[in-house]
Amino acid sequence: MHIRLPIGSQPNQIDQFSMLELQGIAVSPGVAIGRALVFDREGYRITRCLVAVGEDEGEWVRLVDAVKQAYDKLENSRLTTTKKLGARLGNIFSAQQQILHDPHLQSELESLIRTKTYSAEYAVSEVFTKYASAFRKATSTFLSERAADIRDVERLLLEGLTGQPTATLKQLPHEAIVVSHDLTPGETAAFDPKKVLGICTEAGGPGGHTAIVARGMEIPAVVGVGNFLHNIRSGDEVIVDGHLGRIIVSPDEATRDHYMQRRRFRQSIATQLEEIRDLPACTSDGVRIELMANVEFPNEALSCVARGADGVGLYRTEFLYLGHDQEPTEEEHYQAYAQVVRDMQNRPVVIRTLDLGADKMGMTMLADPENNPFLGLRSIRLSLRNPAIFRIQVRAILRAACLGDVRIMFPMITTLDELRSARFLLRSVSEDLASEGKHIQCAVQVGMMVEVPAAVLMLDRFIDEIDFVSIGTNDLTQYTLAVDRSNDSVADLYQACDPAVLRLIQRTQQIVSEKKKSTSVCGEMSNNPAYALLLAGMGIRTLSLAPAAIPIIKKAIRSVTIGQCEAMAWRALRLSTAREVDAFVMNQLAGLVPEIVLQA
Amino acid sequence: MRPADKLVRVAAGFQCQIELERAGQIADCRSILSLLTLGATQGSELVLRAQGPDADEAIRVIRLMFDQQFDEVNVEQST
Repeated sequence: MHIRLPIGSQPNQIDQFSMLELQGIAVSPGVAIGRALVFDREGYRITRCLVAVGEDEGEWVRLVDAVKQAYDKLENSRLTTTKKLGARLGNIFSAQQQILHDPHLQSELESLIRTKTYSAEYAVSEVFTKYASAFRKATSTFLSERAADIRDVERLLLEGLTGQPTATLKQLPHEAIVVSHDLTPGETAAFDPKKVLGICTEAGGPGGHTAIVARGMEIPAVVGVGNFLHNIRSGDEVIVDGHLGRIIVSPDEATRDHYMQRRRFRQSIATQLEEIRDLPACTSDGVRIELMANVEFPNEALSCVARGADGVGLYRTEFLYLGHDQEPTEEEHYQAYAQVVRDMQNRPVVIRTLDLGADKMGMTMLADPENNPFLGLRSIRLSLRNPAIFRIQVRAILRAACLGDVRIMFPMITTLDELRSARFLLRSVSEDLASEGKHIQCAVQVGMMVEVPAAVLMLDRFIDEIDFVSIGTNDLTQYTLAVDRSNDSVADLYQACDPAVLRLIQRTQQIVSEKKKSTSVCGEMSNNPAYALLLAGMGIRTLSLAPAAIPIIKKAIRSVTIGQCEAMAWRALRLSTAREVDAFVMNQLAGLVPEIVLQA
Repeated sequence: MRPADKLVRVAAGFQCQIELERAGQIADCRSILSLLTLGATQGSELVLRAQGPDADEAIRVIRLMFDQQFDEVNVEQST
């Protein structure tokens, strides 16, 4: 981003703010120290700002992009309006497109940016204001009304430049800590992990999309900090402590030193973890716990292998739908799956079908706004309602299954009918493929996610119709405790360690193991060493977690016996509140694997 | 707005420089903002000027557009 300076002030004249410490929710581990880049979504207050000499080209490119974006939006509006209300009204947008492409306007903008080093926003606001006021002053009502058109176009351009962080988040010109009220899935997906050192948002909860993506990209993140954007400016130094959920704005020297030291300490632990990378995740008495990875994007597969993952336990496929106006093609699906299957080199890959829902809807067009999206048309319900789209994905998964050990998993199954409909569609797609003469793998394992209490209660009826079960603790927690995990006011109720959730996990594990089938746990819960040991003690033998968490979980497992885990589970399941459980398991971890706890 | 929009589209199809003049103020026909700034309304007196290789053709087409009051002129066909 460009340096925003009020004209006349000196670049190195930084206000001496005193240090500010804020507490939020730690959602992605690690510590980041860097300069803040504040994305204010409340409108676009254009400051009169100049860019550094030499950055004019970048500004010009940003402007050209924004013009293109705005043009496309107008084209959309033109087409929809023409269709609905006729060409006469549609042509209003065509005229606005002309304004965007006006050669005089463009050359004025270019000259402000190139010769006067105006930021793109500043140039736009300057030039448009000039035209708008010229028109407004005009005596003819016709012209004065045109001022509104000019303002419309200006607004679109500024939205492209500032109001919608997507475009700019995609191309941060330098490393920064992204600070915002909230981030949409599309925005986080557009992040460049090399540039985004840390993330800090006012809103959000532990299971929200920002959390998941941040973890997927291994960017330290703290969410749910509450209102603080007024206390921070772009350029301020910030420390994001993704272990303790702490944000420190303008740290004093001592604090900065402290964090630098801890960073070095953590790096040395990382080296220790590196040493056990190729060793299996076995308890000291030889019980093997499979550690699979949750992946969000195809390019994560290699880092999973590098971290010693036993496979991919949850391949989320939503990224294919985010940030795109069009549904992905079968080939796009297939390529995304094939890359992961190949990179995992014969390790199992569990592909979850579309799980788009309230918190993951960026700008996709599949669903209408709902009053209660979490209880609405999401996930498998959405897929079953749109079989044409669902079939495309299933076809691609079945094709990719020829390349390795691919398993398919249906999310958010609530009723047996849903499971049967999904399986029916799967069978029909595979018959189609066979009749087209496509080579397909017939014995693809089919699993369901257990995320809804109803599925746990009825699991004895489901179990004969599936090959495996994966417990999604994020949604299971949300649906069991009736807590919207992204709602700040109730986020503290959202505790995966709540005894009610533990009982559901326990019941699931019992029903599945009676049938000699496997249960994995793929929620955020598995990323926490204390809970990983608790789950192992409850009989879970497969955990699916963020790739970055694999080494530390492996370390924890290798440090204990299964008996210790079982004793821990036995006692934990007899506690009555989430707080008791949490305190108990953290305490146990400190006793069993002190070196991990020291790390935080 | 609509006539100005059409005029710009048509003008962009020619190589020549096309100008409209109203009461001493000159507008570039490729720039919608510059055309709008003329503040021309129905009944305004305008001078059309074109300079370049296809100037004659440009004058002919644009004149036709004005004559037909910018209605239903199929721009593609005319140019």
